[in-house]
Amino acid sequence: MTLTDHQPSTPAPTRGTFLQVRDLTVHFPTDDGVVKSVDGLTFGIDRGKTLGIVGESGSGKSVTSMSVMGLHKRGTATISGQILLDGTDLVTASPDAVRRMRGKRMAMIFQDPLSAMHPYYTVGNQIIEAYQIHNDVSTKKARAHAIDMLDRVGIPEPNRRVDAYPHQYSGGMRQRAMIAMALSCDPDLLIADEPTTALDVTVQAQILDLIRDLQKEFNSAVIIITHDLGVVAELADDILVMYAGRSVEYGSAEHIFNEPEHPYTWGLLGSMPRFDRARTERLLPIKGTPPSLINVPSGCPFHPRCRFEENTHGLAREQRPELRDTGDGHLVACHMSPEQRRQIWRDEIQPLL
Amino acid sequence: MTVTETTGHTGTDGADDLISVRGLVKHFPIRRGLLQRQVAAVQAVDGIDFSVKRGETLALVGESGCGKSTTGRLLTRLEEPTAGTITFDGHDITHLAEGAMRPLRRDIQIIFQDPYSSLNPRHTVGKIVGAPYRLQGVNPPGGVRKAVQDVLELVGLNPEHYNRYPHEFSGGQRQRIGIARTLTLKPKMIVLDEPVSALDVSIQAQVVNLLEDLQEELGLTYVFIAHDLSVVRHVSDRVAVMYLGKIVEIAHREGLYSTPMHPYTTALMSAVPVPDTTRRANRERIRLQGDVPSPINPPPACRFHTRCWKAQDVCKTQEPPLVALRPGHEVACHFPENAPEPTTAG
Repeated sequence: MTLTDHQPSTPAPTRGTFLQVRDLTVHFPTDDGVVKSVDGLTFGIDRGKTLGIVGESGSGKSVTSMSVMGLHKRGTATISGQILLDGTDLVTASPDAVRRMRGKRMAMIFQDPLSAMHPYYTVGNQIIEAYQIHNDVSTKKARAHAIDMLDRVGIPEPNRRVDAYPHQYSGGMRQRAMIAMALSCDPDLLIADEPTTALDVTVQAQILDLIRDLQKEFNSAVIIITHDLGVVAELADDILVMYAGRSVEYGSAEHIFNEPEHPYTWGLLGSMPRFDRARTERLLPIKGTPPSLINVPSGCPFHPRCRFEENTHGLAREQRPELRDTGDGHLVACHMSPEQRRQIWRDEIQPLL
Repeated sequence: MTVTETTGHTGTDGADDLISVRGLVKHFPIRRGLLQRQVAAVQAVDGIDFSVKRGETLALVGESGCGKSTTGRLLTRLEEPTAGTITFDGHDITHLAEGAMRPLRRDIQIIFQDPYSSLNPRHTVGKIVGAPYRLQGVNPPGGVRKAVQDVLELVGLNPEHYNRYPHEFSGGQRQRIGIARTLTLKPKMIVLDEPVSALDVSIQAQVVNLLEDLQEELGLTYVFIAHDLSVVRHVSDRVAVMYLGKIVEIAHREGLYSTPMHPYTTALMSAVPVPDTTRRANRERIRLQGDVPSPINPPPACRFHTRCWKAQDVCKTQEPPLVALRPGHEVACHFPENAPEPTTAG
């Protein structure tokens, strides 16, 4: 399927105008073939709101965030589509223009702060550098700002810690320092790529609270990328479920958790042992394994693992389903009819969860 | 102290215990200087007691630095304890020499967290899973190859992949290879060190179901080490919560999850994000301050007192003993939550 086949029918994002991603495609040509990491992705987000992008390994969620930030090495990725940040198209903008926006208008928190921060420079220096690139201030002022940011993210004794190196911080502190660095220039968009996966659960809770509090304070748009549905339920207003580089379901958090309509989403919900519900005898895994992104299955990429594939009478094997509105801005890419999906959810899936 | 007094087992006399640990300590020395003198020690495990009955699953739960992985390695004698005793199936294995330990290694096996580094990339699957036969000098009826293929099938892998290399498999499949390897010599007990943490959620579910099926089919005893409280609730019979080298609470699964008594346990449970949007608004979360202290210099007396919202003077001076406040439910706290009345001190 080529881009032009689905360009006209993909709706513009139903929610969010501050960041709009339209039909984003990111392909990596390799010796083994073209890796289609992201294959036609559309979503949007507003300031003050949080979008959760959920997916497993190989779903394309990290590649998406790196594309928004313009972090793919030149020449490695073929990117097409539109990424509109407050009106500016980042795909067609020059690398210089994107670099000027990076840090100032959009910032990213990475999964592992130890590898994301420079080991040779103190945390303070790294924050100061970021701040001075985007603001014309003296080092003294920048340092004061760095100390203020460290204090805001809850690092004790910030005036002493500002001169420490990343390895001298504990895991949770490092992640806070990275958040401080990301927010130092007051960006409008914050992307958090698995920010708590490497952290203990009590520290994770602190970091999630921190992200929520800071979002309220700075009124930033936040994209949180994770495979943990619990984390997404805590933070996200809207949720985008990705599979094999595509969006399979997109809606508000209430839609996704209370009335999910895609078999993959059902599978994710069934795979998780639930802390808050009665214990089930067996977990309900999704059969099979995630697909290769070089040889994406024809038609609906989920069809080899879908329990309800027969309901589509062969259509799922041949034709790629489009994202269609199933009501109230809730988009689903599935060949089954909304009535059929809702019935299956009500009668077969929900009772077992 | 006999086993029954300390562990509060209802109606058992300890004969059912497959493995039993008393006063287990492991300190890793930190050496400095030309003469490599010991200047400090990482007090990874600092005096723990527990037992696991045959066929049972005991979970060791805790965050980084609590000592659960070290405990797992001590149980399999990959490390030698600094103090304390480990009794396995009636044998004291605490300081057994390697030669004496080897035959027992058929009965105690371990599955590691990382399916990528725990398999030798230069060996075929057949060689990896067949290695235990070779190392123990066992020749199964029908030959090693047949036995290996049987066990591959048992874990849900295709026996025809006997000659493939680890890199040709996905993470979940590699973890199955690791599981297959432990099953070859029909062990009695398996220590599982975070066996599913590195796997995607849908694959986790497959592997968890497999582990449960195998336990039932083969009568295995599991020591399940994890930090994910949701997975632990699903798989375990009893749970021990560890903090900085100590067990702070140990109980049957239902008891622990319905009425946790140690403040740390309640904080852990309150911190678990649940996939339910309605909980967001009314969630009363206990926010712990700061990070876990270093095991090189743990706080005195009750190790949790630096982060505990209930801490009083006695917590800083007197270490609370692990006592059974309910049958089968032990806590080490001066001011436990959900404690049955009347609360006498200690």
